[in-house]
Amino acid sequence: MLRRATALLTRPVISLRARPFSTDVSETPVADTSFYDAWKKVIPTLEPPHTPLTFMKPRPPTPSSIPTKLTVNFVLPYNSELAAKEVDMVIIPASTGHMGVLPGHVATIAELKPGVLSVHEGTDVTKYFVSSGFAFIHANSYADIIAVEAVPLDRVDASLVQKGLAEFTQKLSSASTDLEKAEAQIGVDVHSALNAALTG
Amino acid sequence: MAMAALRREGRRFAPLISPHPMAAIRSSIVPAEEQAPLGVRSISTQIVRNRMKSVKNIQKITKAMKMVAASKLRAIQAKAENSRGLWQPFTALLGDTPSVQVKKDVIVTISSDKGLCGGINSTSVKISKALNKLNSGPDKETKYVILGEKAKAQLIRDSKKDIVLVLTELQKNPLNYTQVSVLADDILKNVEFDALRIIFNKFQSVVAFLPTVSTVLSPEIVEREAESGGKLGELDSYEIEGGETKSEILQNLAEFQFSCVMFNAVLENACSEQGARMSAMDSSSRNAGEMLDRLTLTYNRTRQASITTELIEIISGASALEG
Repeated sequence: MLRRATALLTRPVISLRARPFSTDVSETPVADTSFYDAWKKVIPTLEPPHTPLTFMKPRPPTPSSIPTKLTVNFVLPYNSELAAKEVDMVIIPASTGHMGVLPGHVATIAELKPGVLSVHEGTDVTKYFVSSGFAFIHANSYADIIAVEAVPLDRVDASLVQKGLAEFTQKLSSASTDLEKAEAQIGVDVHSALNAALTG
Repeated sequence: MAMAALRREGRRFAPLISPHPMAAIRSSIVPAEEQAPLGVRSISTQIVRNRMKSVKNIQKITKAMKMVAASKLRAIQAKAENSRGLWQPFTALLGDTPSVQVKKDVIVTISSDKGLCGGINSTSVKISKALNKLNSGPDKETKYVILGEKAKAQLIRDSKKDIVLVLTELQKNPLNYTQVSVLADDILKNVEFDALRIIFNKFQSVVAFLPTVSTVLSPEIVEREAESGGKLGELDSYEIEGGETKSEILQNLAEFQFSCVMFNAVLENACSEQGARMSAMDSSSRNAGEMLDRLTLTYNRTRQASITTELIEIISGASALEG
């Protein structure tokens, strides 16, 4: 009983801390208190489960002036390449064309195509080849890039790319079913993008 | 001097003192302890000895299982921690909506295939049932998708008709994104849903797991919520690049979100499973040790008591003859 009492005491504090964000124009959604209330009413014997938001560091609200740096999160399933890193600019291979993102960029959701993602930090430029994924640019100069696979460009073997390209082009011409054709087309697309990234 | 005499006397009178002379002869063929003839004073220690042996063997097994769990945990913990960045962008964009009310709820319960790992599986089952109760109502239907043998065994008892899909043997091979996205695809293809609620145990430390529910909405619900200006009202302010229509992008986005959230959830749950197994096995080997200590004490006491009894018998027999 007492254990529950402390839990009840701490809960309002959390929601108070989260509430100021809701008055601003913010990208940080507030914790879903109605869920906890409903849970308490229906299942009073069981502690409500956590939700992902409780594990996340809150994002700042949109500042009134444009910040000088762009905060980038670049994540892969097996790693976080960049975690809340402040950079000057990123160039994203969106499916509609390459997109340069500076601080204060308009909020955007973009689908990625195979291509080069470059991160500009002062004079340093880091280039990654990403396979596919999504990029979210928030109004508070945060950019989230999620890719299924990404490698730094200097680790790609050019001769293997040529070989793969030839192989998939041959497969595409000999493909009979729609599925095979689509698979070969993806292979050709990725390899030609890689080839263009390496040569260009 | 006295001892030597006693021994000599004892040897001479042993057949006479023995209450069951036949037993002494038969003992060369059959172990004496198994017979426990009537009127014998010494207490049989065979049962205790057998018990000690089995407890010792169990302790060996639990210790080995703990070691295995510890080494598996180390490998999977790194993976789980690296995958934690994956779901965060989605939550930042689409928010966290456990309280959303929809018609078709699908509860994805993640559990382990093997037992002996404490209460993590029953926790996820309990949370799933509670969530079902919370979201039940007229013209609503809630279905279960189960990952892992253990939750299946528990849920099949009272909600068999609500289970639409059971996927097991997840951890036969080391978990990777491709494998999990194939699973996610399987679920997306076979199950109709408005909201997917994924229940798993988030790994905090070897002894602490936090039952967690992540919500993934279907593209139609995302659009509905964004238009009605609820929790996802800000989504309308985003420009959408690529794809022909907005709904197409939202479809891709929801599917990608599901696979990413699933990947993290499966890893976290596997990590919690190993942690829970490790601490469960640790406490059971400690328990076995304590039990062994108690049994050893009982065994030694009994042995000593029987020796004392025999000595008393011999001495009193000898003194009766002398006197």
